[in-house]
Amino acid sequence: MAVITMREALNQALREEMLRDQNVFLMGEEVAEYQGAYKVTKGLLEALGPKRVIDTPITELGFAGLGVGAAMVGLRPIIEFMTFNFSILATDQIINSAAKMLYMSGGQFKIPIVFRGPGGSAFQVSSQHSQAMESWFAYFPGLKVVMPSTPADAKGLLKTSIRDDDPVIFIEQERMYGNKGDVPEDPEFTIPLGLADVKREGTDATIVARSLMVPVALKAAEQLEKQGISCEVIDPRTIRPLDIDTIVESVKKTNRVVVAEESHPFCGVAAEISMEIMERAFDYLDAPVKRVSGVDVPMPYAKNLEALAIPDVDQLVAAVREVSYI
Amino acid sequence: MQCAHFCGCRAPVLHVLTNVAYNQRPKTQQQTVSSALVHTALKRQESNRRPVRKQMSKQTAPSEMSTGPGEKSRTGVIDQNPLKAVSQQLKTVKQEQKHRVDDVDEKTLIELYRQMLLVRRFEEKAAEAYSMGKIGGFCHLYIGQEAVAIGAISAIRTDDYVLTSYREHGHAIAKGISPDAVMAELFGKSGGCSHGKGGSMHMFDRNLNFLGGHAIVGGQIPLATGVAFASKYKGTDQVTLCFFGEAAVNQGAFHESLNMAQLWKLPCIYICENNQYGMGTSLDRAMSFQNIAEKACAYEIASEFVDGMDVLAVREATAQAVERARKDHLPTLLEVRTYRFMGHSMSDPGSYRTRAEIEKHQERDPVKLFFSTLKEKGIIDDAALAEVEKSVREEVEHALRFAEESPSPGPEELYTDVYSNPIVPGNRAPNK
Amino acid sequence: MATQVIMPKLSPTMEEGQLSRWLKKEGDKVSMGEPLAEIDTDKATMEMQALGNGVLRKILIKEGESAPLGQLIAIIAEPDEDISALEQGSAAQAPVPSNKSTEAKPEPAAAAAISSPSPVPAAGEVNGSSDSQARQSANAEPRGGAAGNGSQSGTADATSSGRLIVSPLAARMAAEAGVDLRSLSGTGPGGRIVKRDIEAALSQTKTAGAATPMQVPQHHLRAVESSSSPQTAGPSTYHDEPASEIRRTIARRLVTSLGPIPHFFLTTEIEMDRAAEMRRGINELDPDLRISINDIVIKVAAAALIAHPQVNSSFQDKSVRYYERADIGVAVAIEDGLITPVVRSADGKSLSEIAREVRELAERARHRKLRPEEYTGATFSISNLGMFGIDEFTAVINPPEGAILAVGSMSLRPVVRDGEIVVRQMMRVTMSCDHRVIDGATGAKFLQTLKKILENPLYLVV
Repeated sequence: MAVITMREALNQALREEMLRDQNVFLMGEEVAEYQGAYKVTKGLLEALGPKRVIDTPITELGFAGLGVGAAMVGLRPIIEFMTFNFSILATDQIINSAAKMLYMSGGQFKIPIVFRGPGGSAFQVSSQHSQAMESWFAYFPGLKVVMPSTPADAKGLLKTSIRDDDPVIFIEQERMYGNKGDVPEDPEFTIPLGLADVKREGTDATIVARSLMVPVALKAAEQLEKQGISCEVIDPRTIRPLDIDTIVESVKKTNRVVVAEESHPFCGVAAEISMEIMERAFDYLDAPVKRVSGVDVPMPYAKNLEALAIPDVDQLVAAVREVSYI
Repeated sequence: MQCAHFCGCRAPVLHVLTNVAYNQRPKTQQQTVSSALVHTALKRQESNRRPVRKQMSKQTAPSEMSTGPGEKSRTGVIDQNPLKAVSQQLKTVKQEQKHRVDDVDEKTLIELYRQMLLVRRFEEKAAEAYSMGKIGGFCHLYIGQEAVAIGAISAIRTDDYVLTSYREHGHAIAKGISPDAVMAELFGKSGGCSHGKGGSMHMFDRNLNFLGGHAIVGGQIPLATGVAFASKYKGTDQVTLCFFGEAAVNQGAFHESLNMAQLWKLPCIYICENNQYGMGTSLDRAMSFQNIAEKACAYEIASEFVDGMDVLAVREATAQAVERARKDHLPTLLEVRTYRFMGHSMSDPGSYRTRAEIEKHQERDPVKLFFSTLKEKGIIDDAALAEVEKSVREEVEHALRFAEESPSPGPEELYTDVYSNPIVPGNRAPNK
Repeated sequence: MATQVIMPKLSPTMEEGQLSRWLKKEGDKVSMGEPLAEIDTDKATMEMQALGNGVLRKILIKEGESAPLGQLIAIIAEPDEDISALEQGSAAQAPVPSNKSTEAKPEPAAAAAISSPSPVPAAGEVNGSSDSQARQSANAEPRGGAAGNGSQSGTADATSSGRLIVSPLAARMAAEAGVDLRSLSGTGPGGRIVKRDIEAALSQTKTAGAATPMQVPQHHLRAVESSSSPQTAGPSTYHDEPASEIRRTIARRLVTSLGPIPHFFLTTEIEMDRAAEMRRGINELDPDLRISINDIVIKVAAAALIAHPQVNSSFQDKSVRYYERADIGVAVAIEDGLITPVVRSADGKSLSEIAREVRELAERARHRKLRPEEYTGATFSISNLGMFGIDEFTAVINPPEGAILAVGSMSLRPVVRDGEIVVRQMMRVTMSCDHRVIDGATGAKFLQTLKKILENPLYLVV
């Protein structure tokens, strides 16, 4: 174990997996000579050479599709979006090609590809550079969607994603790259996809949180503990496939649940989780499932407005108290 | 030898083969097509002086475009005097084909003819089956364009890759998928080449390196670029043919792909099947500058304008491009001018073009042209034709029977092939 | 070879087509791909192309007529070919797609029945007409006003509409415990009945049988005050307060106890000097232990119950159940009611364990933090009103338990010992017994044992 940043953990995962499998290559804007717009790919060009680490023109649709084509014939591309905001340009290839190729070819063409990059809210970059995209991708069967919240999860899940035979959308939270944590150094350390992690155990209320909201939920749980409310914090880690069983087990124990997310609420992942809880644990609910989401507006630039747009500890504390009828 | 467009680009110039259809090109280019240059010279000034009628919508088209009593041409590709133009073209095609026939062995020639006829008869049968309700959804027929897929695919190896659009029955058959499997796919049966999950627009065969029909216009172009990238990455000499219609050229995916292909020197051959209509919108209503081959200049990619009604022209142009791709890992753009005789799909009202226009093009029917050439050269006679015709019809009838008898996919198939590695959520065991 | 021209499928959704115009007439030569007719589909007017070569020999539907998909509409054949068989066939032909579309349409009569207005009562109307007026008045009440009155009026609203608002968990808990939700008042938003309301109701049920006069309701006190006030002429002034749900539950449960259970009562007086001495001694050893007299009573009662299993029993309709452990329910007063947390296996626990457990349970009971399994399933209960200065009282059995011990205050009283009047710490206990399982002598022997140990607590260690 070593304490490193999420950025370094991701870098380790990329380096280890590219050394492990010659068919893995990394492609994206500024991944090579610039050393990564967020330094996640730092040093990889030197270590693996320009054949494996490839700078692209700013042409997201093009290189996303190129990756899918390469995956059709046996390569395992890692396509980096400088931020997931730009993946919107590439959604035709991600959704119409990557997600559907296996199915519409009757099982003949699997697409082992990872689309990764930072997503979610960033710091004061306004509407087009600060948004959560996971509900878009999680909507489509054929894609897997992963969102780590700790350096260890980031490393273990990225390694598994690269080894997976299906297209994986791997969304790193831009604000969390500098977060530090213990990370195993074993090159065979991986974390299965589709497995939620109980980040804190509790008895009175469940908070389901992912990505940026996990540390927020843990802080809220600390405060609530002092108020006599014991919170369980569950991080699904993989949005699709979703480990709903772990969430439902927790809800059966606590009878109350708050789903936290920084994304917009409408048609969001929290809406889906809430629905699944309703379908599977209705008789165990003592209060309606409560969502705490980012506000339903484009992200503003002004610092004070931006802070208001993203859920904070106080909102989570209030939500847990509300479902606890306190 | 460098590009002769006087556009200043350094795109290599291919040998000219084929542009017998130059009469179809805008007049400004016709004047300059003089030699064996693929990139027919285009002077920018001349381009700017193109006749005003090219810009006009059909409502404002002047009467000079009239192609017959009460009818107006809306395509802009038929000359003012279409009869004259077509007969001239016919003559040229025949001359060119006769010339080219000498370079190809008889067996290959007959096989090319047989394949074209097979696709023609297959599509006619598909139309019939569609009208009887046996084929669902969309059904885009290839009738009129047979020379393109068959000519091009005859120039590659079986381990080379082919990707194409949703009008792909002909390409699938040309790449070697049996008409049985193609028809069964149209019928949505488990014996189909995509096991009934893809349908008319999504034919695949992994063993034959047929990488699919793709149904988002232009969507296959980045994919093909990636397949070519993989060949280069893995160090094989396989090449990739990427077919698309001229309407796809307006998509960003086309330009993004050509840029990357030349930037990274990828062995991909982009074959634009210019049938002059994007669904119901003619080229001149959709594209500001219509010489697609010349768009390659923007990326310094070699390109060529090819007569899509001449199967040997397409074959020869493709063969040259394949050689560049295989030896030097270089891309090529071929603009193959062709024409579809049927509607865009089976539900096409046909209101956007005249019957006369279709008939003019049918005079240059690629199947008939090739037959008459072969006959003139004494390679095939009426008796041999009848034999080919008979065997092709039998093959198509067999495909129809196979499709009808093939079982529908089992209901369990609904849930298979969504993921290659399906994960049971909550499972602590490491994923595969 | 003749070509049968059928109404073609010209769009994915087309089921029938109208022939808008024939482009060829009978006798015209036609070739493959040539337009034959214009067809109006659900999408557009489209040209139908010939799929064969020959002469248009016969037109079978007129312009303006419609035909289902697949119906024969014309015949193309060689000029001299015999097409009579095909023509005849067309009359009898019932193409499959057309059949299908006919079947899909409902019979005219059935369709009429479905579309005829058949007033389905609105959900609320199924209650019948008798309460329709009440409902109307309830409906007339502006909703905003109802919402403003908080949870109480929320409940009233829920009741008047005949709909209970209850959390899914509370509904399930109530169903499992046999609690009638209609008797409850929800404390959640809008009067929603939530988990804690069920828990409160269940605890009320348990202790309702264990001790009767717990706290004098506030409005009774006020009544007493008002009666002593100068205004004494005429009937007393009064005010009505709705019985709280917990009060209603207590009432209902008491009736089900005293009614069906034949109670009898046994009282004895116990000299507590040695027990009090022991308590003092223990607490001097370790002040943190804080043993109470009640803790000693619990411990001793548990020991006596093990010695007298007939008392540690329950009547079960067709059988009598004898418990092997002494699980003692201890009545604890809480705001607006009482609850009986259970000290499990009190016979096997030390005094300090019992003391600590009772303190902890009582504390959580007052904060409504008990889990259901912590206040249900006692085998015997003890209710102590000594701290209120009550000398002796009788308690109501908490079914299905067989008995409950009512403990009065401990006080110095003159008693006769060896012919002399002496002062002793005396305490009266009354046991209420369910006569169906406990007879007089059985109960009396139990009290003898209880008395013997309390008066000589050393028995606990021998």
